[in-house]
Amino acid sequence: MSDEATFDKFRTCAVEVLQVPADKVVPDARFGDDLDADSLDLVELVMALEEAFDITVDESELDGIETVGQAYELISAKL
Amino acid sequence: MLLGVGADGPVRGRRVAITGLGVVACCGIGLDAFWEGLLGPAPEGLRRVPDFDPTTWFGPKEVRRVDRFAQFSVASAAMAVEDAGEIEVDPDAAGVVFATGVGGLETLEAQVGVARDKGAERISPFLIPMMMPNAGAAGISMRLGWRGPCETVTTACAAGTHAIANAARLVAAGRCDVAIGGGSEAALTEVGVGAFTNMTALSREGVSRPFDLRRDGFVAAEGSGALVLEELEHARRRGARVYGEVLGAASTADAHHITAPAPGGAGAATCMELALADAGVSPGAVGHINAHGTSTPLNDLAEAQAIGKVFGTPGPPVTSVKGITGHALGGAGAIEAVATVLSVARALIPPTAGYEVPDPEIGLDVVHGAPRPWTPGPVLSNSFGFGGHNGCLVIAPVDR
Repeated sequence: MSDEATFDKFRTCAVEVLQVPADKVVPDARFGDDLDADSLDLVELVMALEEAFDITVDESELDGIETVGQAYELISAKL
Repeated sequence: MLLGVGADGPVRGRRVAITGLGVVACCGIGLDAFWEGLLGPAPEGLRRVPDFDPTTWFGPKEVRRVDRFAQFSVASAAMAVEDAGEIEVDPDAAGVVFATGVGGLETLEAQVGVARDKGAERISPFLIPMMMPNAGAAGISMRLGWRGPCETVTTACAAGTHAIANAARLVAAGRCDVAIGGGSEAALTEVGVGAFTNMTALSREGVSRPFDLRRDGFVAAEGSGALVLEELEHARRRGARVYGEVLGAASTADAHHITAPAPGGAGAATCMELALADAGVSPGAVGHINAHGTSTPLNDLAEAQAIGKVFGTPGPPVTSVKGITGHALGGAGAIEAVATVLSVARALIPPTAGYEVPDPEIGLDVVHGAPRPWTPGPVLSNSFGFGGHNGCLVIAPVDR
């Protein structure tokens, strides 16, 4: 899967779970400030990503993840 | 409404005006549609609320994170507050008491399916905040920014009535200047309907006909009702329209059986008497009874016996709107309180839909066939729940 296709899939999950416009899901976007996501939203997003990409993300890996770009890096590194 | 007993006897509380109404029911969303529905033909089958659009009250993310019962709660409360006009209340003196019988069953059921199919690690992190019975009350307080008491009553089918009574007492006691009381239910799921079916509570024919000889069970419903309750002088100072007032309320338990009413409706009769005493109203002054009237053989007989005991036979005109609305469990008492207030405001008692054949054991004056004009006076609104919970409200026009 190309990087672009992977990011598209990532973005689809974020749009579905966070109910934000697709054009707001960009690498610099911060989950809290820009996408209005709280900690439970992020738990649900991670679940959706785990299912979409057939991966497992440990809770401890989420420490310090604040932006879409950081989350995408975490996911894509597992593919 | 009494607050307790002091050195000089019973202490009467502040007067509690009803200044706003909101309703989400199978026969209509909003007051005019609801009232028309109460006067129209009965819907058929399960009483789902058609055409409920949560996006009127919630953003796209919230719609996914709030169970249908809590969506109904917020919707009816928001309509009631809008109906009440500019309330301008100190948020710390504004409360919410909102009922449900079941809570977020739809969410729970869906997530049980997820746990089975995909494993416990896929259970939604929103399951708890969506299913908890207090989610409706919490949603209302967050929406309005009201920081006074915010509580949930779960006394099955009496819960809506108890919540309104408790909210009214917050105002009467001076803890709140304004409080919302109401209740909501949305439990018409596969498991919810199956469970009521198997306990043989539902009408096999799917017809709600309260007090009729042929009644064979209730018709399950969903929906919500909400009342804005406001200290009378607070309401008058701001020039609010006052529909009426909550004169009194009472709560008792049968202490008899988990589902069947006490023989002769003993607990219900005591509750009616206590509510009238709380209101300072004699049985003879009651102009109308909005009955619990579920259309089950046992409830309607016990309620009729209780009414006979307190008021004599036939007693004041009785109606049960459940012929139209079905039985919305924890929402029922609140939906019926809205109907009761509208009966006062519009000087018309809606007929009991489905009632045609009198039961010789029920000697009540059941309003049926057509709405009955009346001179509004104090009304008793009854609710009785599984668990033996009894709740009664006395609602009256403001006459002085």
